Amino acid sequence: MTDLTSLTLAEARKGLADKTFTSLELTDAHLSAIEAARVLNAFVMETPDRARDMAKAVDEKIAKGEGGPLAGIPLGIKDLFATKGVRTTACSKILGNFVPTYESTVTSQLWRDGAVMLGKLNNDEFAMGSSNETSCFGPVGNPWRRDGSNTTLVPGGSSGGSASAVAALLCMGATATDTGGSIRQPAAFTATVGIKPTYGRCSRWGIVAFASSLDQAGPIARSVRDAAMLLRSMAGHDPKDTTSVDIPVPDYEAAIGKSVKGMKIGIPREYRLDGMPAEIEKLWSEGAAWLKAAGAELVEVSLPHTKYALPAYYIVAPAEASSNLARYDGVRYGLREPAKNIIELYENTRASGFGAEVKRRVMIGTYVLSAGYYDAYYLRAQKVRTLIKKDFEDCFAKGVDAILTPATPSAAFGIGEKGGADPVEMYLNDIFTVTVNMAGLPGIAVPAGKDAQGLPLGLQLIGRPFDEETLFSLGEVIEQAAGRFTPARWW
Amino acid sequence: MSTATHKLLKGATGDWEMVIGMEIHAQVTSNAKLFSGASTEFGGEPNTHVSLVDAAMPGMLPVINEECVRQAVRTGLGLNAKINLRSVFDRKNYFYPDSPQGYQISQYKSPVVGEGEVLVELDGGRSVTIGIERLHLEQDAGKLLHDRSPTMSNVDLNRCGVALMEIVSKPDIRDAEQAKAYVTKLRSILRYLGTCDGDMEKGSLRADVNVSVRKPGGPLGTRCEIKNMNSITFIGQAIEYEARRQIEILEEGGQIEQETRLYDPNKGETRSMRSKEEAHDYRYFPDPDLLPLEFSQEFVDALKAKLPELPDQKKTRFVADFGLSAYDASVLVAERESAVFYETVLDKLANRARDGKLAANWVINELFGRLNKEGRDITGSPVNAEQLAAIIDLIGEGTISGKIAKDLFEIVWQEGGDPRALVESRGMKQVTDLSAIEKVVDDILAANPDKAAQVKDKPQSLGWFVGQVMKASGGKANPQSVNDLLKSKLGL
Repeated sequence: MTDLTSLTLAEARKGLADKTFTSLELTDAHLSAIEAARVLNAFVMETPDRARDMAKAVDEKIAKGEGGPLAGIPLGIKDLFATKGVRTTACSKILGNFVPTYESTVTSQLWRDGAVMLGKLNNDEFAMGSSNETSCFGPVGNPWRRDGSNTTLVPGGSSGGSASAVAALLCMGATATDTGGSIRQPAAFTATVGIKPTYGRCSRWGIVAFASSLDQAGPIARSVRDAAMLLRSMAGHDPKDTTSVDIPVPDYEAAIGKSVKGMKIGIPREYRLDGMPAEIEKLWSEGAAWLKAAGAELVEVSLPHTKYALPAYYIVAPAEASSNLARYDGVRYGLREPAKNIIELYENTRASGFGAEVKRRVMIGTYVLSAGYYDAYYLRAQKVRTLIKKDFEDCFAKGVDAILTPATPSAAFGIGEKGGADPVEMYLNDIFTVTVNMAGLPGIAVPAGKDAQGLPLGLQLIGRPFDEETLFSLGEVIEQAAGRFTPARWW
Repeated sequence: MSTATHKLLKGATGDWEMVIGMEIHAQVTSNAKLFSGASTEFGGEPNTHVSLVDAAMPGMLPVINEECVRQAVRTGLGLNAKINLRSVFDRKNYFYPDSPQGYQISQYKSPVVGEGEVLVELDGGRSVTIGIERLHLEQDAGKLLHDRSPTMSNVDLNRCGVALMEIVSKPDIRDAEQAKAYVTKLRSILRYLGTCDGDMEKGSLRADVNVSVRKPGGPLGTRCEIKNMNSITFIGQAIEYEARRQIEILEEGGQIEQETRLYDPNKGETRSMRSKEEAHDYRYFPDPDLLPLEFSQEFVDALKAKLPELPDQKKTRFVADFGLSAYDASVLVAERESAVFYETVLDKLANRARDGKLAANWVINELFGRLNKEGRDITGSPVNAEQLAAIIDLIGEGTISGKIAKDLFEIVWQEGGDPRALVESRGMKQVTDLSAIEKVVDDILAANPDKAAQVKDKPQSLGWFVGQVMKASGGKANPQSVNDLLKSKLGL
């Protein structure tokens, strides 16, 4: 049973049900893989004892035929999710050794359905970043390398630990969060599948907040089907989050293999950027061709306000973040630096507790909300947001079922390669993904090919509100056509 | 709006007029806090009524407590105000240890209640209408404790997140008397509605008072805000002091700095807390954790239908139904408990049409008088409404005189018991049997022949005989019968 880690979640589910192996065996296989892959720095906290206890308990349930939909499946949890009794830091020094007394709604639903927690996964500090380089625990290595190169690449971010761990077969799936592309961009960089569901689909309760109106939880998984299975457990209305929506969660897995014949797929002309690498262009055309071959109809569409999305996003997200992060003040939990008075306590604690990128965004956010600037920045950005949303609505009103775009403007890059001199260089990673958060729509990133250096590239499908099912159906068509991609093990 | 003449302040350069607006913070009566399920109970051990949301733990989200919304709407209806079917919660960002989130959830641009008005009665039958600008819901803050450690301050988050209604008046108030009467009336309305207990000592009702001065009818002056007043008396004192301070500065050619001030009741003066330059930039923006607050007109109508009778309506009814003076009626309705007591007395009366006014006199003069003397309030009255009604019945039906009734009231106050039974057992019944009274009259006249002779010349001395007869009968003789009998015997 040496390659239990290479199973998909769906295959593992069958093996567990058939009693080919136990959850404890499956869990142990992954725990060994994690131990052997510490160089990737994907996990910031391993919880092997807890994992084995959970696995044993679920094995008993499976024996009695009481296992849930994810019974015995070992998962990794992004460190942004509060886990009861297990240190939760958002990969920020300011949370120190914070151990929540509560479990996030999303993770509690995974445990309800029988999943097993392997540990906590690395991410950009407070989910602010596109390379996982801002984590206080250090960067995460991408299991993928350029052909013939030993350079360690970033796995993308902010859910870099989740993407890297899933790609490196350290866990069967992982939770992630996406505020501007933090699920889809790392999925694209690691040849994994990541879906950001519609805003309101998953409860935000117990997830460390970055930008409340944009944050959504979603899974990163090894296949479209696996992602569908995970999302079904993660999603659902939560009375503790008034922005979560009270509509039934469909059986997403049932959408896999459903015919896409006659579906209208929009190709937005504004996503064709100047200077876009030819291989991205090629990938996009290929994806379109695969969908067409499956019976879908392709139409060119216009999303005229696309170019304003990134600047508007970098006003709205930091504004909300500056307020959301005010609670990390050294008074009640987490880091507290010595001080002579309360002002010093705030200043010393926040100066030493937050990293540079977080400070930058807190300052941008504070600035754009300030008296005299609010109208020019925040209010205007919100108006842009309305226009972006309307672009999509107009498009869907014309009968478009989903929109196909590249997931990222490039493949993974090296650690330290980007954003050193100009943070905007890093921000541009999210150019294709932020619009989806601004409009609150679901978006899925599916591996679709490789660049000339052998690095994975992904395509993105954007759907109507609460129509994740169509994305799973279409995503699987791409997956079937492109095949699955596994990195060569070097760690 | 009736025109109430208000007080002007005399300065060296002539009269000055005060312009006053108030922001009242009223703690909403509810079991749970505005956005968390934690208890709102007063006086718990520090940090025992704190939820994860109140402590702003990572990933916690606010969920609106619908009862607090209902209370705000009820209050708006009680203030004859416009109810906004859609309102928005905003974040008011500032750092302070009593605010764990680093922001207060409040309503900035779109409050739940819009414009309304309050009729405020003043002495001498004058009244003034004060406009309400808005009412919004917001979170209360925690409390810093500086006395538990020599080197540290502690924070108690029990009150943190409790719902407050901020009720903002228009700058319609013109002097300290009006200001005090406005707070008194507003407090009364809130207590009638049951939306705030109005307990100023516990901080359930606090006021920020904006004061400026101007030449009568002239352009508005620069205002100063006196923060966190929790006594109606102090509000009056602070306004007087602050207005005179401003007048002094202006008359000496100075300018008023817009600033926040605090009132020191020991020194009787206001002093600067922070200037406009030091004012916080609160960076208000809509709270993305909360959807806009929306409800239907039916929701409002249902609350309106169940609204209790408010003091103004009650007063009008008391005057119309029982012929009370406007003054007596307003005394009775000023406190909800007093009105409830009076109405309970009315309910128990055998003939409320006949004795309703008598009952009002007894409640106001005898009962309130006695309660005030002993520093008790109506809820702690030893004489209950049923007992008082029985005493009034006994007067009304002529069984006892008013004077005996006072004795009876005293007995009931001291010892309790059924007034009617007491009258029987203690022989306090009024004697209306003429033959019995006649005997007493004859005895008195026989014992005082000189005085009887003088009465014909000095009719006013008849009162002396009445007094003697009443005394001899132990107060039980019917005074009118005594009077009539004496007159006929003396040939007056």
